[in-house]
Amino acid sequence: MTEDRRALLQAVLALLAAGFAAWWLPQVLELFAIINATVYVAMALLALSLALVWGFGGILCFGQAAFFGLGGYAYAVAALNLPDTTYAIPIALGVPMLAAAALGYVMFYGKVSDVYMGVITLTVTLILFNFINSTAGDEWRIGAAPLGGFNGIPATPPLNVPGDPGTALAPEQIFVIAVACLGGCYAVCKLVLRSHFGRVVVAIRENELRAALLGYDVRFHKLAIFAIGGLMAGLAGMLFANCVFVSPTMFSLAYSGQVIIWVMVGGVGTLLGPIIGAMLLQALTAWAGTLPEVNPSLILGLVLVVAVLAIPRGLQPTLAALFRRRTP
Amino acid sequence: MDLALATGIQALSGIATLLLISLGLAIVFGMMRVINLAHGEFLMLGAYSAILAVEAGINLWVAMLVVAPLCVGLLGVVVERLVIRRLYGRMVDTMLATWGLSLALVGAVTMIFGNTVAGFSAPLGSVQIGAYSTSGYGLFLIAATLVLLAAVWAVLRFTLAGLVARGTMQNAGMAAALGVPTERVYALSFAAGAAVSGLAGALIAPMSGVVPTMGTAYIARSFITVITGGASMLAGTSSAAGLLGSVNTLGTFATTPVLGEVLMLAIAIVLLRLLPQGITGRFFRRSL
Amino acid sequence: MTALLATEGLTMRFGGVVAVDDVNLSVAERELRCLIGPNGAGKSTFFRCLTGQYRPTAGRILWRGRDITGLEPHAIARLGIGIKTQVPSLFDGLTALEGVTLAVRRKHGEREAKRRAMAALERLGIGELAEAQVGLLAHGQRQLVELATVVAPEPDLIILDEPTAGMSAEETAGTATLIREMNRDHAVIVVEHDMQFIRAIASGITVFHQGRILVEDCAERVLADPRVHDVYLGRPPEARMAVPA
Repeated sequence: MTEDRRALLQAVLALLAAGFAAWWLPQVLELFAIINATVYVAMALLALSLALVWGFGGILCFGQAAFFGLGGYAYAVAALNLPDTTYAIPIALGVPMLAAAALGYVMFYGKVSDVYMGVITLTVTLILFNFINSTAGDEWRIGAAPLGGFNGIPATPPLNVPGDPGTALAPEQIFVIAVACLGGCYAVCKLVLRSHFGRVVVAIRENELRAALLGYDVRFHKLAIFAIGGLMAGLAGMLFANCVFVSPTMFSLAYSGQVIIWVMVGGVGTLLGPIIGAMLLQALTAWAGTLPEVNPSLILGLVLVVAVLAIPRGLQPTLAALFRRRTP
Repeated sequence: MDLALATGIQALSGIATLLLISLGLAIVFGMMRVINLAHGEFLMLGAYSAILAVEAGINLWVAMLVVAPLCVGLLGVVVERLVIRRLYGRMVDTMLATWGLSLALVGAVTMIFGNTVAGFSAPLGSVQIGAYSTSGYGLFLIAATLVLLAAVWAVLRFTLAGLVARGTMQNAGMAAALGVPTERVYALSFAAGAAVSGLAGALIAPMSGVVPTMGTAYIARSFITVITGGASMLAGTSSAAGLLGSVNTLGTFATTPVLGEVLMLAIAIVLLRLLPQGITGRFFRRSL
Repeated sequence: MTALLATEGLTMRFGGVVAVDDVNLSVAERELRCLIGPNGAGKSTFFRCLTGQYRPTAGRILWRGRDITGLEPHAIARLGIGIKTQVPSLFDGLTALEGVTLAVRRKHGEREAKRRAMAALERLGIGELAEAQVGLLAHGQRQLVELATVVAPEPDLIILDEPTAGMSAEETAGTATLIREMNRDHAVIVVEHDMQFIRAIASGITVFHQGRILVEDCAERVLADPRVHDVYLGRPPEARMAVPA
């Protein structure tokens, strides 16, 4: 019971922190910084989605960016076609979730093993990347939305005030929504993991055979957690589409790779770690990008190699262990 | 008739390219159960070392066939020492570390050479088949792939080193108990795989153009070929390359190059769904 | 009366090897049955067919007369079959209590599940391990935690694959007592090859040899059967006369 209470407390604290950030940051940051901060939050949400799927579901997905991209594109296409962009939200969440469910069905019900799962998720991401990249011609359009090939869809309309299509939300308001989404998703993850369903998911990660021999349907639980992860990644993609615009790079291996690095560095099996990892490494990449002589990939790559070799458990567990040793 | 021949050669050269770019990965995966995600960058470095050697005035063929495998093979020795060796048995960690390595190599090469296309033109001119012409270099690639495949097979089949390698591949614990220094076998396998990748990178360079990010274009394809092939490194990779290469070429003929590749990847997924252990998990199980 | 669990012509082939060959076995409610046989006799393959880990090549598996061939392991477990694997299969990252609670939680609410899980741990005499992380326990303790996981949901049938593997003589005797006690409320199938243990539980015995059933009888007669001695000790038939059974 105390564990449950602690989970509830953490969820509430997360929401409070998110609320504070949403209230305070727009007052002190400039417009460009606000948009940038929204991108950071979207990326943190993407990291959180993989943290759930990989860290707790035990499913190493090399293609989390695919759901991120699908969410973004689904939002952009729906927003261009619908009179009120509010209605694009369920589509932006539903498409990646269904895609994740379909892919999960192939993998989990086909009993594909770990490594092969990595291959399949990677391949699907590549297929999407190649496909979207090749939709440059005018014949590639869905309703009023041209897919635009490698140029993406620069004219993605932002969310509007619900019920009032004429009034688009300001970047500050989008930032508030993004922070609310991140805080909300974190709280939901915490609560899901404390629920019976979440415990079964963790039990499956620990020992698939034993979970099955206790009567739990391994395939279904993996599918469900994978679909939830897909939905959250889609939400991240939608937020990203609202502050930048959608383009095929959202599906790229570089994105998928970055998410894995964020989670790995933050700590596989934790929720807060990957969020912090995403923010820190994004900042690091941005900083490296300003250095004239250094390529950011070099730094990111070296960080990953060193992280795997030196702190295989990631930042959060390593720091927590250090802290515990200091204060017995 | 001429069309059929030209198409056939086209398909064969597609298969050969796929096989060529996958073989190094297959050797490392088959021997050590290590998936080297920096494999694409090994190809890229093979291509760059050939270019540098040519610019330094070394004969083109020597640059491609000797310098490139040597350079990348040496790099393989270093990578094995510094990274791979510390992560044996931790498959996922190895994948992550080599992915990091891949990013770092792309970054480093971009810093040195810039993000521009380099390369050298294909030697050997073109060959006439009736009304159609095909590049002589394409034919050379097919031949080179066959020779390379035969060489790897012969080493594994007929030499003592090959016997030791096969033994270690079958049962590393037993090989170690018989006095085989498995660590050294692994180190050599990784270096050999890297050298083959370097050679492959140099060989495809005239066809593809060389950029720091060229590895990403190949890693997924070779990765999929190896995994679809399954446990046997030569039979598996050849059969998977044969199948996927044909699908790719025919798909490209029927539609566009992009859709051809999409079709190939889709077929690979369906195959993995039907044969979760790869092609050689079901067929040719006893082959190399 | 229909049997609790029965197989009809159950066969499992791997390529050219027939690991289980046309096996007809029937276990009644509350029965205690040992499946024995030398290494490679097909017991473990048979076990994996029963538990849904392998899909048999031919034949049927019946649960109270209903065909359950080819069901997934979780569906088989849901029928009311508790399964213990040879190498303890546990949730190493969880505490003993958490793991056992999961076993009962499917049928009961949180509070009741925890109570039953604790009761199961105490029944096996390891109540004090409730909060210990399973991955850190010793081998014998892990065996007991797994037994608690298996009995906690009160299954109708318990299938144990080599429960005494890696145990000392003392622990083996204790396990035999435990299994006889479990048998008071549940039917039990034990796959074993330890003869001491078989003597200690003294139940009905089915002897496997080369994938087939060689003998099926009560313990006394099976243990006295010269054919059983032959397959265990590998004596040729002509040597049988020389040595009194």
